[in-house]
Amino acid sequence: MALLEIENLHAEIDGKPILKGIDLSIEAGQVHAIMGPNGSGKSTLSYVLAGRDGYEVTEGSIRLDGQDLLEMEADERAVAGVFLAMQYPVELPGVTGMTFLREAVNARRKAAGEDEIDAMGFLKMVRAKAKTLGVTDEMLKRAVNVGFSGGEKKRNEILQMAVLEPKFCVLDETDSGLDIDALKVVSEGVNALRSAGRSMLVITHYQRLLNHIEPDVIHVLAHGRIQKTGGKELALELEQNGYADYVEAAA
Amino acid sequence: MSDKATLALLTGAPSSGDGPQWLATVRRTAVEHAERAGLPGVRTEAWKFTNLNALKALEPVAPRGTAEIARPASFGGLDAAELHLSNGTLTRADALPHGVEMVSLAGPDDAPGWVAETLGRIADTDQHPFTAINTGAFAGGVALRIARGATVERPILLLVDTQGVEGAAVATHPRVLVVVEDGAMADLVEVHTGSGAYVNNAVTELVIGKDARLGHYKLQAESGEAFHIAMTAALCADSSTYDNFALSTGGRLARNEIRATLDGRHIEYRINGGYLACGDQHMDTATFIDHAKPDCASHELYKGVLADRAHGVFQGKILVRPDAQKTDGYQMNRALLLSREAEINSKPELEIYADDVKCSHGATVGELEDDQLFYLMARGISKERARAMLVAAYVDEAIDHIQREPIRDAFRAAAADWMQRHIAGAPAEGGV
Ligand SMILES: Nc1ncnc2c1ncn2[C@@H]1O[C@H](COP(=O)(O)OP(=O)(O)OP(=O)(O)O)[C@@H](O)[C@H]1O
Ligand SMILES: [Mg+2]
Repeated sequence: MALLEIENLHAEIDGKPILKGIDLSIEAGQVHAIMGPNGSGKSTLSYVLAGRDGYEVTEGSIRLDGQDLLEMEADERAVAGVFLAMQYPVELPGVTGMTFLREAVNARRKAAGEDEIDAMGFLKMVRAKAKTLGVTDEMLKRAVNVGFSGGEKKRNEILQMAVLEPKFCVLDETDSGLDIDALKVVSEGVNALRSAGRSMLVITHYQRLLNHIEPDVIHVLAHGRIQKTGGKELALELEQNGYADYVEAAA
Repeated sequence: MSDKATLALLTGAPSSGDGPQWLATVRRTAVEHAERAGLPGVRTEAWKFTNLNALKALEPVAPRGTAEIARPASFGGLDAAELHLSNGTLTRADALPHGVEMVSLAGPDDAPGWVAETLGRIADTDQHPFTAINTGAFAGGVALRIARGATVERPILLLVDTQGVEGAAVATHPRVLVVVEDGAMADLVEVHTGSGAYVNNAVTELVIGKDARLGHYKLQAESGEAFHIAMTAALCADSSTYDNFALSTGGRLARNEIRATLDGRHIEYRINGGYLACGDQHMDTATFIDHAKPDCASHELYKGVLADRAHGVFQGKILVRPDAQKTDGYQMNRALLLSREAEINSKPELEIYADDVKCSHGATVGELEDDQLFYLMARGISKERARAMLVAAYVDEAIDHIQREPIRDAFRAAAADWMQRHIAGAPAEGGV
């Protein structure tokens, strides 16, 4: 059985159907990419996976490692191993980066019946990971994402992912806002997290990211459904032709 | 017009024939003021959002005896010299740091000149009935003098505790006077606690001399059945710094009024605070900043959190007199409503008679942001914990202004303690 199994997923926002029957399964260790036009439902899918309120699933199922995600609240899903690197990371005035990470790690430990993490060891671990991603000590001391540049926010998302070591990661347009060098650094960070037990779903508009993070499978999402699935060549094809085929096909 | 409630609160007041002549005069005037004014009603502008009917219905009695006072756990780690006022009586006084002189205000027959010259001269009784009642009726309290030029590092922690009695409401009128002489520096922390039903009608007068610095921090954590009515009145001289912070979490009805006259140039006045209320609590903060002279700065930030059916009131006034050119005044009250039934009345007010000033004020009301809650939960943090973290961060912005770190930590712990009891894990409709 695949690590993540999405079957016939329908979801709506305020009564407006956005996802209209998504089937997707990702094997452990695999990286899948989703591409698709603006407004096609990519971020909606990421929020539905993460369990955000306001997204009503009307049909279908999502299983992670056989567990029914739709039965769980967002925090329970995170503890079960879901991680969403957001397209627009949220600012948390008054909550420092370190506090945020420590709370997140301790929430997991608490759920596993473990003691709170040793403060000194944790600080060291976070600093080491931050360094490889170009997140400075000063950023960790500041309130989460407050006053961060677009690129800094994205690095910060990947730092959280590196610290929390989730089973299944959704990266929603992590490449947007990153300069060329940062794209490389962040991609290396993501690649370092690729492992046999961990799967990823990478949402992007650009082939360039997929040169750095090479996916095993690429899907095209349009009008709330996966219209086509293929290998790396699909991204090149899209780069050439755009989404005209899919937009028209479904219209 | 002397109403029954005023008279009841004045019961047991030392007769004005007692004590030294200067005090008798002060008391007599105060009692006259109290009796003439009566307790404020909602038609009194300064009290229009705070209904005192429940207090007026009480038949207060004098407190019985005294009790041991324990610090709140959140202040446990603070190194400080303690003074205890139990039911208005001074019951413990640690050896005070060098440079600090203390006088008990219980029958101050032989009070030194500095007490006689200042007590009752800073807090006005004419316009403030509760202050008048306190002045007429106080049976105890402390006066502190920080000697000229003395730097007092160790904070003075004043624990004011009131114990209610079965079947009646106790009334106490603790009185505090602090004179910080020129060039002196000190920190005073007031903590108000208690149990049962009572009225704590407290008055603190402060004189801050030239080039002096006073840190004055107050935690109001009264019992859930208590009425807390407090007046802080400060008079600041040239180039002094007054760092004031107040955190209110207790009481059934609480009114904290802080009035400062910046009667000198180049004064730095910092007046920040927070109010955390839940259940049916009513919490009223009133501040008045009198910019009387040029070149002074005042900074005021209040952050409030109101849960359940709690009602918050913030009335802040800045007066800039004609002479007070180059005044730099900032005032902001922000309130976070955690339930639909919670309510805030904000009334910021600027009255400016000088033309070359920089003053701004404002008020905001908000709710917890869904996207922030989701962000925390998406990292595995429970909803309750996420709420508590966001609320704590909200209040922290005000607490951050406390200039002394160990004291800041104590207040942060007190706020965290409130979050723990009333936000995290507590039922949504948790009581006091
Ligand atoms: N809260 C909302 N209320 C109403 N409609 C919404 C809401 N959120 C999203 N939508 C709609 O759902 C559709 C899908 O949005 P979504 O953000 O998932 O697109 P996307 O594929 O991520 O686009 P992009 O590439 O621009 O990031 C859009 O038409 C959007 O307007
Ligand atoms: Mg999107």
